Amino acid sequence: MKYMLMMNTPSGGPYQVASWPREDLARHIGFMKSFATKLGKAGELVGAEGLAGPEQAKLVRAGADGKPITDGVFPESKEFLAGYWIVDVDSPERAYQIAADASAAPGLGGKPLNMSIEVRQVMSAPPTDA
Amino acid sequence: MQPRVDSRTQDLLRELAPQVLAVMVRRYRHFSGCEDAVQEALLAAATQWPTEGAPDNPRGWLIHVAVRRITDAVRAEASRRHREKLVVSLVPPDEQIALAADAEGALERDDTRDLLFMCCHPALSPSSAIALTLRAVGGLSTAEIAHAFIVPEATMAQRISRAKQTVQTSGIAFELPKPEEFRARIEAVLHVLYLVFNEGYAASAGAVLVRTDLTAEAIRLTRMLHRVAPDEREVAGLLALMLLTDARRAARTGPAGELIPLDQQNRKLWDQRLIDEGTALLQATLPRGAPGPYQVQAAIAALHDEAPSAEATDWPQILALYEVLMSLSDNPMVALSHAVATAMVRGPAAALSRLDVLAKDRRLEGHHRLDAVRAHLLERAGDREAAARHFRHAAERTASTAERDYLLLCAARLSHG
Repeated sequence: MKYMLMMNTPSGGPYQVASWPREDLARHIGFMKSFATKLGKAGELVGAEGLAGPEQAKLVRAGADGKPITDGVFPESKEFLAGYWIVDVDSPERAYQIAADASAAPGLGGKPLNMSIEVRQVMSAPPTDA
Repeated sequence: MQPRVDSRTQDLLRELAPQVLAVMVRRYRHFSGCEDAVQEALLAAATQWPTEGAPDNPRGWLIHVAVRRITDAVRAEASRRHREKLVVSLVPPDEQIALAADAEGALERDDTRDLLFMCCHPALSPSSAIALTLRAVGGLSTAEIAHAFIVPEATMAQRISRAKQTVQTSGIAFELPKPEEFRARIEAVLHVLYLVFNEGYAASAGAVLVRTDLTAEAIRLTRMLHRVAPDEREVAGLLALMLLTDARRAARTGPAGELIPLDQQNRKLWDQRLIDEGTALLQATLPRGAPGPYQVQAAIAALHDEAPSAEATDWPQILALYEVLMSLSDNPMVALSHAVATAMVRGPAAALSRLDVLAKDRRLEGHHRLDAVRAHLLERAGDREAAARHFRHAAERTASTAERDYLLLCAARLSHG
């Protein structure tokens, strides 16, 4: 079964990597890289991406002519998606454990961030009709 | 496998590959090394046989070539003084080279079965066992398996390599089940084959073609196992169940991949050839003793397949079979199906009161199927509003896109007419 693990971080929360000292940032990046490698080696990683900061985010909808109408930048949005992993595992408990490992990524001063990670099942199961 | 090889050679090679691998692993005790050697032997056969003709003893030929390849590999390894020694050195050197291909080939051993025991060992997680079985027994490429399960090839390669490591380090490869373990090990194999089939049967829109291949592969492997273990009645039972279920495939989804429930399927689309084969298999198997769960499930599938319509189905017989099934295993999903059959025989009220009891089973807590069954029963009982509510509740909880769409459409039909 596949799960998407989403790292949602509150705007202005602890995940302001741009302001971290170099060594904290390097430790954090190193952790994230080895975390993905470990998931790959376990045969569980389906995909993972980090997203560019919300400063560049646009809201888009179709206008009457079908052309895109883009709406500005949202620096004050309460929470944004920083990145995600998709894993293929044998049980929900395993997905929760992976999420907990990601949550403990080192932040300022190497202390675990303990961010909350949203875990959602991907719709890929076989139907159960008899 | 080579695309240009004619299909008869290809079928023969796929049939022989697991047998040859089993012989090699038993002799050389190194899973990865043996698999590489067998792959090379298959490649040699695929290039030579079509032009030079297949040898009289194709199995012996493959073993002979694989032995030569692994011997070469060991020599190369030894001369490089590689630290990671192949375990082949456990076999006396002269035997490694001199063992005639036919020395063992003459003995018709249960090679395919033994290899399945190895790949479906309970020490492996279900996903590892599935991947290893498709690779080592099914002979699918890592890319094909990755494609079927929609994961990156590198991830699937790691999963297979870890599974091989587990087989290697735990000594699974070299132990044959003791008589008292035999039953449980056969069951583990059947469970893995069933999971592969079920995964393939999830023909949801967009992934239909690939997943259908998994169904075909599960049937092929089960057929293979049935051929080498004809006395195992549950193997025959599982094969019959797969055939009788797969027979309905064309009717089971609409043009956009949407699910069509059994009672609304166009029965003219059912594959009569598969139904006949599954029924014949079941009729040959059932009289031979008390049936196991796969045989009972196959018998239920056969009753559905034989019925000209949902109404003309022999529901009392199906209900009785579900009762047998419940006595064989404590499975809440079986109990849910039993409730559906109860409704068909005794009416929805009797079935709904059964569901109230089942709802207390913690294993069904929050399971979408409990809500889906309740919704169907409520609809039959005429309570459209409550039925719609439970259809929606079920839709929120399923992890299958096709099923969610179906459940939402049911709810919409009841709410908006």
